[in-house]
Amino acid sequence: MQALRPYLATFAARFQLMLQYRAAALAGFVTQSWFGGLLIMVLTAFYGAGGARADAPISLAQSVSYVWLSQATLALLPWGGDPSITAAVRSGAISYDRLRPLDAYWWWYAGAAGAMVSRVLPRAALICAFSALILPLLGFGDWSLRPPAGLLAAALYPVSMILVIVLASAIIMLINLGTVVTLDNKGLTSLAGAASMLFSGNILPLPLFPDWMQTFLFLQPFAGLLDIPCRIYFGDLTGAAAFAGLGVQAFWILALVGLGRLLTGGVMARLQVQGG
Amino acid sequence: MPQILVEGLTKTYRVAERDPGVLGAVKGLFTRRWRTIEALKGVSFSLARGDLVGFIGPNGAGKSTTIKILSGILQPTAGRCEVDGLTPWKDRIKHVGRIGVVFGQRTQLWWDLPVGDGFDLLRDIYRVDPAAYKKTRDEMVALLRLDKLIDQPVRQLSLGQRMRAEIAAAMLHTPSILFLDEPTIGLDAPSKLAVRDFVKTLNREKGVTVLLTTHDMHDIEALAQRVIVIGNGAILADQPFETLRAGVLAERRLFIDFAGQAPAITLPGVREVARDGASLELAFDPKIIPAPALIAHIAADHAVEDIHVEQPAIEEVIARFYEQHGAGEA
Repeated sequence: MQALRPYLATFAARFQLMLQYRAAALAGFVTQSWFGGLLIMVLTAFYGAGGARADAPISLAQSVSYVWLSQATLALLPWGGDPSITAAVRSGAISYDRLRPLDAYWWWYAGAAGAMVSRVLPRAALICAFSALILPLLGFGDWSLRPPAGLLAAALYPVSMILVIVLASAIIMLINLGTVVTLDNKGLTSLAGAASMLFSGNILPLPLFPDWMQTFLFLQPFAGLLDIPCRIYFGDLTGAAAFAGLGVQAFWILALVGLGRLLTGGVMARLQVQGG
Repeated sequence: MPQILVEGLTKTYRVAERDPGVLGAVKGLFTRRWRTIEALKGVSFSLARGDLVGFIGPNGAGKSTTIKILSGILQPTAGRCEVDGLTPWKDRIKHVGRIGVVFGQRTQLWWDLPVGDGFDLLRDIYRVDPAAYKKTRDEMVALLRLDKLIDQPVRQLSLGQRMRAEIAAAMLHTPSILFLDEPTIGLDAPSKLAVRDFVKTLNREKGVTVLLTTHDMHDIEALAQRVIVIGNGAILADQPFETLRAGVLAERRLFIDFAGQAPAITLPGVREVARDGASLELAFDPKIIPAPALIAHIAADHAVEDIHVEQPAIEEVIARFYEQHGAGEA
């Protein structure tokens, strides 16, 4: 416990700090509900009257759940580096970060994860309540978030979501390290933002992409940020396939954390701090 | 065995250069010209346990680079450095747990957190035992008069208040070495005095070894028994401040107000520095003409209203020293 104490304290501090931004959470809820509604209308048109397309890889109801889950957990997508690291790189306060008797990688990782989790919790709670409870009450049952497909789905979804957080933090760490090298995070941020929105399934659910792309889409790292947990949730990935999905997530976590740790040593050794 | 040992420390940077203007920028797209900057050229010195040493030099001389290497933030290009038997950049994690560092131009406390919460976070980051932490914290709060600030978010503090909190933050894990990089920069007089008193107390009563960089020579005069002067990446002097002063500027100043127009004084070892109506400022070398003799000589020939002798200002001594060694900022 003593070994983990600094990292847990950092996670908790960033979590608390971020949780105070209530207006941002509310604005996020409104925006993401709006986008969720738009996406659902597009999908409804695409599926045709009554969601009748029999050849669709996933049903309209499943696509609708996919959209709501993706909007609820939008803040878990690695849009860019940790803003506090970007600021520390610009101001030179990164000097102080190097003075802490901690593993540089895991310390920044803990902070980034803490900030991300506290950003997502209020938004996810509001969007789930809105899409699963309020929409049916208003008579929009077809547009609502449905419950998980079964017991296995209900049990594996949280596991998969924890892996999402771990994986997203690993990607954020790679962007952080890139920021330390390039002194600016704009390029990496726009790349990471575009890649994670498209390849996670946030813009269009991945099962709706052409068949020949499916193997690639399932195995690439960004599927583990959204697509895999969603498909576990509504039972598209079930049994062995569900565990394969968790395996893909675990593989990318190991690979990207390993890569990040490998880069950290080199990046920090070449560190330059200018101007006094 | 000194506590801090630095031998032949060298640090070079490679920076890309381009010609000024649009044409230069376009040319820079195709060819890069690299220039090597030698920030440190073989710096050597040592500090014994309990030393309080001033580390001074013009901007860009290599002070901060040295401190950053000593504290494990940067790796040198070559050279040896041992602090308490550890090489800072190789044993970074173990090393940084034993030192305290304050950069006057940066902030280590969390902007949005109250000072006390920031201290608590540092307690966990350094894995300080809670009982020991409470004792140190209370002591720091008392010494630096932080009791009214402890619940305020850092962003609301004035620079002087913040710097006091920053210095306390650097001591919470009770390091035996403190590196202070321009801790008094931009502070008002009372805050400077508070910082100086605190550093003095730490050094005298707790035996903390202190290496202090500053541009405020009064910090040096008030605190340091010894100064290390660095210029253009090399050590220019390492001696007690009084020795430095005597070596650089033997001359003293004599200020005289005459009853009438100030006369011209021509004596060996005396030169006129400034005159303004009835006032005259002379520089003299006490080895050639001692102050009493000079005063007697002037008073004998002229009607004098007021007269006093001064040491040259410490800033002037240092500026003259930099000049003599060609160490002005490039």
